Amino acid sequence: MQLKIQYYALMREQAGRSEETLETSAGTPADLYDELLARYGFTLSRDQLRVAVNSEFSEWSRKLKVGDAVVFIPPVAGG
Amino acid sequence: MHFRFTEQAIDTQSARTELQSFSAGGYVSFEGWVRDFNEGREVTRLEYEAFQELAVKEGHGIVTEALRRFPIKHALCIHRIGSLELGDMAVWVGVSAAHRAEAFDACRFIIDEVKLRAPIWKKEHYRSGDSGWVNCERCAQAAEHPHTQHRHGRHTAPNSK
Repeated sequence: MQLKIQYYALMREQAGRSEETLETSAGTPADLYDELLARYGFTLSRDQLRVAVNSEFSEWSRKLKVGDAVVFIPPVAGG
Repeated sequence: MHFRFTEQAIDTQSARTELQSFSAGGYVSFEGWVRDFNEGREVTRLEYEAFQELAVKEGHGIVTEALRRFPIKHALCIHRIGSLELGDMAVWVGVSAAHRAEAFDACRFIIDEVKLRAPIWKKEHYRSGDSGWVNCERCAQAAEHPHTQHRHGRHTAPNSK
């Protein structure tokens, strides 16, 4: 299944890219994060992040569909 | 939208005209500025980055919630992104209301919630030459060194300004 991933801030730097289209067998954002953690060696663990799917905050257990856009959200620091 | 980003200096004179109303007796604003220290380190400049589509939605939701919770007339929040120097304005919140108490309360509510909830990140550049993403790097270091004391950034109180 093909998914679009966008990276921001610390995760963008650690992934070395701001977005990518990925062929994956991950069925949920949680599975997808485990896969990408192994690939890029992110220093943040999943319990430190939130996740958005198609620009809405999402549960980690949500079932992903072809073409979904996933963004992992590190601890925020606006203002 | 009651929330927006800008890559240019925030024009507060223009923004406050969006809040004007003959039934408003006053207006309260908050300006967040780039400060030269954080958590004991000397800061020389900041970079702001945002997941803009979601942050605008979230920010608009926060201001809408303020308009519902407090008897105010208008409210608006503008956040900078990009590279900022010391003293630059990073964020502006303005609220107009019939009476001042509600304007102060709503303004406080909006800035607190934006800092807590909007997907916006800040990278600090230090005088020592290195840099770090606020609320992210220490968590990461602590994960590598589990015995190091650290405060988890995500759910702690707003850390600056």
